[in-house]
Amino acid sequence: MRPRSLVFWAGVVSLLALLVSLSIATAATNRSSRATASYPAPPVPGAAAIKAKYGGQSITFVGDSVGGGHQRDLALAKKFSQQTGIKVNVVPHPAASDAAYSQLARAFSAKSSSIDVAMIDVVWPGAFAPYLVNLKPKLGAQSKLHAAGIVANDTINGKLVAMPWFGDYGILYYRTDLLKKYGYSKPPTTWSQLFQMASKIQAGEQKTNASFAGFVFQGNAYEGLTCNALEWIASAGGGHMIDNGKATINNAKAAQVLDAMRSQIGKTAPRGVTTYQEDQTEHAFDNGDAAFARNWPYQYGIGAGAGSKVKGKFSVTVLPHGASGKPVGTVGGWQLAVSKFSKHKDATIEFVRYMTSPAVEKFDAITNSNVPTIPSVAKDKAVVRTNPYLKPAIASVARVTRPAKYLKTHYNEASKVIYQGINQILNGTPAKSVLPGIQAKLNQILKEK
Amino acid sequence: MACHSPSLSTMSSVATPAPTGETTRRRRRGTKLQRRQTRLAWLLLLPSLLIVAFVAIYPLGKTVYQSFTNQEFLAGITPTKWVGLDNYHQLLHDTIFRDSVVLTIKFTAITVTIEFALGLIIALVVNSKFKGRGVMRAIMLVPWAIPTVVAAKMWLWMLDDTFGVINDLALRLHLISHSQSWITVHPLAAVSAVDIWKTVPFVALLLLAGLQVIPEDLYEAAAVDGANALQQFWRITFPLLRPAILVVLIFRSLDALRVYDVFAVFFGNRLGAQSMAVVAQGTIVQDGHVGYGAALCVAIFLIISLFVVIYVTVVRVGDD
Repeated sequence: MRPRSLVFWAGVVSLLALLVSLSIATAATNRSSRATASYPAPPVPGAAAIKAKYGGQSITFVGDSVGGGHQRDLALAKKFSQQTGIKVNVVPHPAASDAAYSQLARAFSAKSSSIDVAMIDVVWPGAFAPYLVNLKPKLGAQSKLHAAGIVANDTINGKLVAMPWFGDYGILYYRTDLLKKYGYSKPPTTWSQLFQMASKIQAGEQKTNASFAGFVFQGNAYEGLTCNALEWIASAGGGHMIDNGKATINNAKAAQVLDAMRSQIGKTAPRGVTTYQEDQTEHAFDNGDAAFARNWPYQYGIGAGAGSKVKGKFSVTVLPHGASGKPVGTVGGWQLAVSKFSKHKDATIEFVRYMTSPAVEKFDAITNSNVPTIPSVAKDKAVVRTNPYLKPAIASVARVTRPAKYLKTHYNEASKVIYQGINQILNGTPAKSVLPGIQAKLNQILKEK
Repeated sequence: MACHSPSLSTMSSVATPAPTGETTRRRRRGTKLQRRQTRLAWLLLLPSLLIVAFVAIYPLGKTVYQSFTNQEFLAGITPTKWVGLDNYHQLLHDTIFRDSVVLTIKFTAITVTIEFALGLIIALVVNSKFKGRGVMRAIMLVPWAIPTVVAAKMWLWMLDDTFGVINDLALRLHLISHSQSWITVHPLAAVSAVDIWKTVPFVALLLLAGLQVIPEDLYEAAAVDGANALQQFWRITFPLLRPAILVVLIFRSLDALRVYDVFAVFFGNRLGAQSMAVVAQGTIVQDGHVGYGAALCVAIFLIISLFVVIYVTVVRVGDD
């Protein structure tokens, strides 16, 4: 090879590699959310005063990456930057919440000032409190607009370490057209009904669509599976994994519902559901490849938006329950927290004030179908019209919380034990040979704490 | 705090030329020039020694130190204490780590073997003269030029059971009747395939470099003597390629043993599908146990060192 041609071909190779990387990157972000163009980001109250004080500063926001979340963040940050002169760099966090936790833990333990504000999961305030700014002095008044329970969750030792941003609870998405086609008048209320219906619909639909599945959910070994499994177990009367400070996951009702789920893997649930996170669940359902899906409310907006194959063909309801239980939804949700190591705390707090204001929560609920943490916004007629899961019948479902309060800084480790074990069950190991191990490890972690 | 594995560059830069018998005598006699040269050598080596000490020896030493403590990731949660061999005791009974060691060694054996075989074939092909050889050599490198995480994500989507192109093709060709979830049913095969796809070009390139230094006239002489292609390969190519082969095997084995990215992208924290590095990373960053995680890193370091010792011994024996 002559030297010139070597350089030439090296260039061609790099270019090809770059193209592949870029196309992967765009494919990953190419999710559309509902009507972001027609509903503009709300203006920033008191923008001129903020601009006079903090204009020209630059802050970094570690934000959303699931569904249309990143687009929403960009739209809001753009508006905020335009009006206040504070530049906001939006960095999407890893889609798996436990990976996002690791990223923040790394930054905090390194006392890094590279992150000014981050979205944190409802189970993290306890672990991150020492690294977060107390928002009470500046945002205490605004926090009173938000649901008291979430504010209490975000208040650690009297300090408001995070502001509620949007809420979450698990709901069941179902295909109204397919239920009708196969002779069902209403969605399932128990898991066994769901499996029966899923099985019948799947058998029929697979004749024309080989990749059709009855039921999809988040079965990957990650935080989302802890949320799903909590719903299964609690809805079957099997407790909340840890009750009154003791691990309770190893019980007959829990084992029964987990084994029932396991028996569906590769039948009504695709074999690959044990690798699914939220995005794969949403893809399968919105692509018309699933009859039922368990997901958070954000999926509603994407399913009802342009580009969805199930627009107008689906609805939502509460999740099914076990033979001796009642329907529940795992409490999820995200808060905005300001890093103690930020070099622009005041400018950042103004950004948080804007992002957690009623106008922005309404914008988020309507364009991105997230659950507002401000009760008056959640009752707003325009919001309920676009987000049927906010109807009292669904929104009043019993909420179950992950056992973060017993575990505090050890929550992430304990959750990993739980979701790894449940994932093992879904992948084929009977519950009775996995649950005792989870229970023992959980009790050990509870003791360490 | 990160895991450290011995790298060849580190090993070669710490090695200083051993004084021969003659130089020792001279130095004892105190030849001025000799002393000055030795001093100069040390002086010139000093910057690199300092860098090595700073980037390799210090972190490695710190990891070893941390492995004897109960340090937690988010400082201030529990005060760090010296716990002696507690972490290593725990390690002996850690079935998750044990499984990861077995899996990683299996992965290494599978990938290195196949990568070597395919790489050698490709190297031999592109070493022969044909039209468009330059283009071939360049195109061959594309997989290697793609970042591993990007390649892994790409493969993950291609292997997906609902929208993956591989299932789609196989269904259209009637090779399978239902979509397969490759990464759940055949995890090791799937992850190995990605690593092989990505790394064969690198192996081929190293072997090609080895092939190109074999003088052409050896083959001419062999041909004159009536050796056929297979004889030429076994008697000339293979022995002369041996140094390149060893470099390839050492590089690839070390890389495969400390694999993280493909496993992390494919399986996350799935039990029974974690490489050693994934377990260590999860222990430190997700669980927050820096002390125990450091012990895992030391164990990984020792396991990888073992392979280095084996390879180096093989080379020595081969040289004698």
